[in-house]
Amino acid sequence: MASITLNTVRKIYAGNVEAVKGISIDIEDGEFIVLVGPSGCGKSTLLRMVAGLEDISSGEILIGDRLVNKVEPADRDIAMVFQNYALYPHMSVYNNLAYGLKNRGIAKSEIDQRVRKAAEILEIGEYLDRKPRQLSGGQRQRVAMGRAIVREPSAFLFDEPLSNLDAKLRVQMRMEIKKLQRDLKTTSIYVTHDQLEAMTLADRLVVLNKGQVEQIGSPMEVYEKPASTFVASFIGSPAMNLIPMKKTALGWEPEQGDGVNFDIRSDASEFIVGLRPEDLEILGDGAPLGAGLAAKVVVTGVEPVGAESYIHGTLGEGGQEVILRAAGKQHYDIGQVLSIAAKQEKIHLFNRQTGKREEEISALQPA
Amino acid sequence: MKRVQYSNPILPYALLLPQLAIVAVFFLWPAVEAVRASFYLEDPFGFGSTFVGLENFKDTLTNSQYARTARFTLIFTVLVAFFSLSIALLLAVKADKVIRGAGSYRTLLMWVYAIAPPVAGLLGVMLFDQHIGPLTELARSLGWNLQVGVTPFDTAFVMVITAVWKQIPVNFIFFLSGLQSVPKSVQEAAAIDCRSGTRRFWTVTFPLLAPTGFFLLIINITYALFDTFGIVDLVVKGEPGNNPITLVYKVFVDGFRGNDLGGSSAQSVILMVLVFLLTVFQFRMIERRVHYN
Ligand SMILES: Nc1ncnc2c1ncn2[C@@H]1O[C@H](COP(=O)(O)OP(=O)(O)OP(=O)(O)O)[C@@H](O)[C@H]1O
Ligand SMILES: [Mg+2]
Repeated sequence: MASITLNTVRKIYAGNVEAVKGISIDIEDGEFIVLVGPSGCGKSTLLRMVAGLEDISSGEILIGDRLVNKVEPADRDIAMVFQNYALYPHMSVYNNLAYGLKNRGIAKSEIDQRVRKAAEILEIGEYLDRKPRQLSGGQRQRVAMGRAIVREPSAFLFDEPLSNLDAKLRVQMRMEIKKLQRDLKTTSIYVTHDQLEAMTLADRLVVLNKGQVEQIGSPMEVYEKPASTFVASFIGSPAMNLIPMKKTALGWEPEQGDGVNFDIRSDASEFIVGLRPEDLEILGDGAPLGAGLAAKVVVTGVEPVGAESYIHGTLGEGGQEVILRAAGKQHYDIGQVLSIAAKQEKIHLFNRQTGKREEEISALQPA
Repeated sequence: MKRVQYSNPILPYALLLPQLAIVAVFFLWPAVEAVRASFYLEDPFGFGSTFVGLENFKDTLTNSQYARTARFTLIFTVLVAFFSLSIALLLAVKADKVIRGAGSYRTLLMWVYAIAPPVAGLLGVMLFDQHIGPLTELARSLGWNLQVGVTPFDTAFVMVITAVWKQIPVNFIFFLSGLQSVPKSVQEAAAIDCRSGTRRFWTVTFPLLAPTGFFLLIINITYALFDTFGIVDLVVKGEPGNNPITLVYKVFVDGFRGNDLGGSSAQSVILMVLVFLLTVFQFRMIERRVHYN
């Protein structure tokens, strides 16, 4: 068990591709860190640098207090779970688990004990004599996990370990990984592009974008106070509505569309207003408008997903698109005009130019 | 497999006909002819033939010279297969490190494969030519008076070297593509599990190459047994004398130089049986031990 420290870590691939642009993260001992971001943002690259599978172009990586920049992967005391599991196809499940231990000169009896214990935890005991190809995807995934835990390393590294499983199994394994990590208290770095997986697993989330950190924080922090429009649109499903608005002679108006009633005192002349779908209330006719934002939305489509429905609409006829969340039982017609409102404390403001969160949001008040 | 239905039931057979005709005329008919001839004693001057039953086989198998040739062929095959496989594997491992993912480089390496075997064989023999061969020159400067076609050992040596040299590119290409089909992530998992690269090679990479290796082993045995005819011929120049030759070459020498058609037919039938056994062995092995993944 160990902390992991990344200090302005940079990766430049051949051809001058800067995949990781100077990232610093302090990971505490026993912490579960999730690296999340869209495809190509450098998550795997960063993880692989920690594993030692990729050279570090500049910066430092420390595991515990040991600088590991030049240390071989096998000597870093880490274990990695790969997306395609990367099991040794010619070895039995038992030997897949035992291989890393044998090479470290651990006594046979100890190996046997550890392998059987891991197999029991992961419920793969009955497959120990099988070859990987005789296992289902889910079972292979467990073997890959087993190979990591028998090693009892100071850190687990996961690169999208669940993305080859079907949706149901993915949810189940997600919970198991979380539980396992809580029991073993092994520092973990987990890469995913699935924001739901990220939210449910992480002690702390690291949101990456184009090789840079957009935000680090607990899942709730990131959800409730996204540091940028990028984070706001990436975390949460359906994504946050981001509405560019500008100050005109008549007050604040959306860039596209109309029917929005919103005012704040600010020197800025434009903002991006962020509204989570679930924070938009659909008002009954004639209901009073509280402090905050009110708008008229023309319904353009309804997506029922069971317990709730996502209502697609526009701000006025042909205006900016927005998504609302409504109870599943309620019925809405295409073309119907809804009055919606968001409470003042649920409104996120982002700088129009930089996309960064405006912190004076707390000072937001109706004019 | 996709099933294609032809509206005309005869058409598929008609399309197969040219190929079947070639197989029949150039492979089946001579084979049948050889089997037939192996039971007859052919008059050397072409005046008829006498049925002698298994006499030709008995003569062949009890002939001490045949035994000597068989022994040499065995040694030759083992040496050629071993060296051409191991050297090719070594080169492929080195090349794999350099070119992982570099497609154009790989294509360049494929060119070696495009050199026609007789040309390669001829080049090899020229290198060892008694008068102008640079390698003969080199051996001489090292104090070894290399006399191909005169000293049996030297002849055998050059045969093995040339045969190995010609087969390495083929093995190399197969090994290289075998190595490149070992998933990168498996190699990486191994790098995390095992510190020593050599150990990693023998415990992970090599077993995963087993299907390729086994396939190549059969190919190389077949090559050493049969396809080296041209090399042997170039080295001994049709006049083996007391130089070592392979079984296939002996079929030719006895049949066409010694005019013993019956005996040489019996020898070729023995070789046919050998090929048959080799094929059976190959299929058995594929079914049983070697895991194709
Ligand atoms: N070996 C390489 N050579 C050159 N560029 C590379 C190499 N590997 C990755 N890249 C580039 O680096 C960037 C980051 O890649 P990386 O694999 O880390 O993305 P990722 O965040 O893991 O994406 P995904 O979610 O698709 O796995 C990408 O733009 C990619 O094209
Ligand atoms: Mg990736």
